Amino acid sequence: MTEFLQHLVNGVSLGTIYALIALGYTMVYGVLKLINFAHGDVYMVGAFMGYYLAGFWRLGGAASAGGGATPGSVVRAFLITAASMVVCGFLGYVIERFAYRPLRDRPRLTALITAIGVSFLLEFGFQLNFRGSNFPPGPTPRIFPTLFEGHDTGWLSALGVNLYTTDLLTLGVAILLMVLLQWIVYRTKFGTAMRAVSFDHQVAGLMGIPVNRIISWTFVLGSALAAAAGILFAVTRPRIDPLMGLMFGLKAFVAAVLGGIGSVPGAMVGGMVLGLSEEFVAGYLLSSYRDAIAFGILILVLVLRPSGLFGRTTVEKV
Amino acid sequence: MRFLRVVAAAALLLSLACSKKESAEILIGHVASLTGSEATFGQSTDNGIKLAFEEINKAGGVKGKKLVLKTLDDQGKPEEAQVAATRLIVNDKVTALIGEVASSRSLAMGPVAEKNKVPMISTASTNPKVTLDQQGNTLKYVFRVCFIDPFQGTVMAKFARENMKISKVAVLRDVGNAYSVGLADFFEDTFKKMGGEIVTDQSFKAGDQDFKAQLTKIRETNPEAIYVPAYYTDVGLISRQVRELGMKVPLMGGDGWDSEELYKISQGALNGSFFSNHYTTESPDERVKSFIEKYKAAYGSVPDALAALGYDAALVAADAMNRAKDLSGPAIADALAATKDFKAVTGNITLNEQHNAVKSAVVIAIDNNAGKYAATVSP
Repeated sequence: MTEFLQHLVNGVSLGTIYALIALGYTMVYGVLKLINFAHGDVYMVGAFMGYYLAGFWRLGGAASAGGGATPGSVVRAFLITAASMVVCGFLGYVIERFAYRPLRDRPRLTALITAIGVSFLLEFGFQLNFRGSNFPPGPTPRIFPTLFEGHDTGWLSALGVNLYTTDLLTLGVAILLMVLLQWIVYRTKFGTAMRAVSFDHQVAGLMGIPVNRIISWTFVLGSALAAAAGILFAVTRPRIDPLMGLMFGLKAFVAAVLGGIGSVPGAMVGGMVLGLSEEFVAGYLLSSYRDAIAFGILILVLVLRPSGLFGRTTVEKV
Repeated sequence: MRFLRVVAAAALLLSLACSKKESAEILIGHVASLTGSEATFGQSTDNGIKLAFEEINKAGGVKGKKLVLKTLDDQGKPEEAQVAATRLIVNDKVTALIGEVASSRSLAMGPVAEKNKVPMISTASTNPKVTLDQQGNTLKYVFRVCFIDPFQGTVMAKFARENMKISKVAVLRDVGNAYSVGLADFFEDTFKKMGGEIVTDQSFKAGDQDFKAQLTKIRETNPEAIYVPAYYTDVGLISRQVRELGMKVPLMGGDGWDSEELYKISQGALNGSFFSNHYTTESPDERVKSFIEKYKAAYGSVPDALAALGYDAALVAADAMNRAKDLSGPAIADALAATKDFKAVTGNITLNEQHNAVKSAVVIAIDNNAGKYAATVSP
């Protein structure tokens, strides 16, 4: 029982990260019908921005020694996350404006290949190493500074399960962000415009919706979420390196497909399901199959139910 | 017309100068992971080699020629190591190759050196397959100055049974890494033969950041220690997650742990743990003490085992080149194979038939987030 619960806790913690990244994929696919493969790397950039900002504010071992999540350190952590989200939002805007918008009228394959190109640009750009400069970080992994100390909450220790304050906090922030996104997409004018563009961007344009602006803002939103996911992940699992977005991006993409690409609640559910199944398969079956399970799920989904759990099956009328 | 003559004269002078330099120097190539997950391995080794070359050159060089080092970074990837080795051998025409630390990368480089008849000395690769070909015969051109994993696995197994007096150990290995898989297997063999029990054998991949699933499973089996024969970046993270899951048992490992980064990453989570290594900085041996002095004076930090092995490999190479009848690949390889009782920092190096050094290992205990000498185990 203990083992099961601990796996559950771990899986949920992992699943929320996947969900946050999958949301970015799904929103961009919704408006542009484009799978933005560079999204996983925006996640990586977000984690590094947090690393640089924390270094700039001289956080880390010395400053947070004193233990506990003091109000000051929590505020600093939120500021760093917010700043990183802004930077990555801007990065998302730049990518859309210069890499994808010029190709909007071309076949979908062109934009897809460009997305892969942007992904490589970010990954290998960050692996460059200029002597004497801290940026780009180069291929050596960095350790994300401790923004605040975590300790066992002790809530579930009666059941033998370890639940860390940092895990709870990241879970809380992730859920908050997802709720916020739901509110934006379904209750604001911007969200309605976004959904309109995803249905049919030509007609939406005819209705007076500034399509280019909406698409840009969608990218900004998705990238900001990825940055938040990057920092949340780095807080609990502190090693960051320029290739960390590769695997994570792919798995989040699988999560988005699982939930139904283009559907916001689908991405959230898909992320949680993927995190939990990865954790349980690695825990109860062979741990070396941990990465394989994500791609196994992808194959199953595409074969059995390609539109995903929440996706709409579109019928093409001739 | 006059301008052309000046240019021609300058070109002639330049080429003369260049060719003169070439014959007065011996170019040695070094493939190292200067960046990447095992960055400190490559950097330390490079420092050790440079220190050795400085000393040798001050004493007159090898056969009157100065040793020049050219180091290429492989970023910690085996494919890059192979490319770097090829570049050094084919483009730069190095006389000998030093490298690499990681067994997976040495395995990628070995065939290149063998095919091109350039002697290669691995400083710290411990997987036995590095110096052997597919059929198990010793490669003529690949050597190493360290011990091998069948011995290293035994070291920790013996230490666990006899010193730590434990009988239940869980193993967590890196499946993508030849060193980790080999060492884990050898450890399990010996530990079981000595009456111990391997309660579970879990795996991860280098670069993973989340080990909670594997560690939760390990926690269920209630081991008295966890053996993690991996590299320091992963071990540091694993140790933190072990403590996060409430396990207080010690961890054990191999020479892949040896890095100052290990302590920075684990931040105290490894207190009470042990790992096997090639040498200890606390050794009373005169050679070790003077090496540490020289290294500290040159680089400002205490040398780890990788630096010491780099230093030793450079010295062994120079010694072999001095003994060889000329500086061709086969001659140097023959001289290397005859290396006997060479007095090095990490011990007396005699290369056996498989081109491996037979040396003792030390066990380092981690206390107060620093390494301390615990025991010596001889073959």
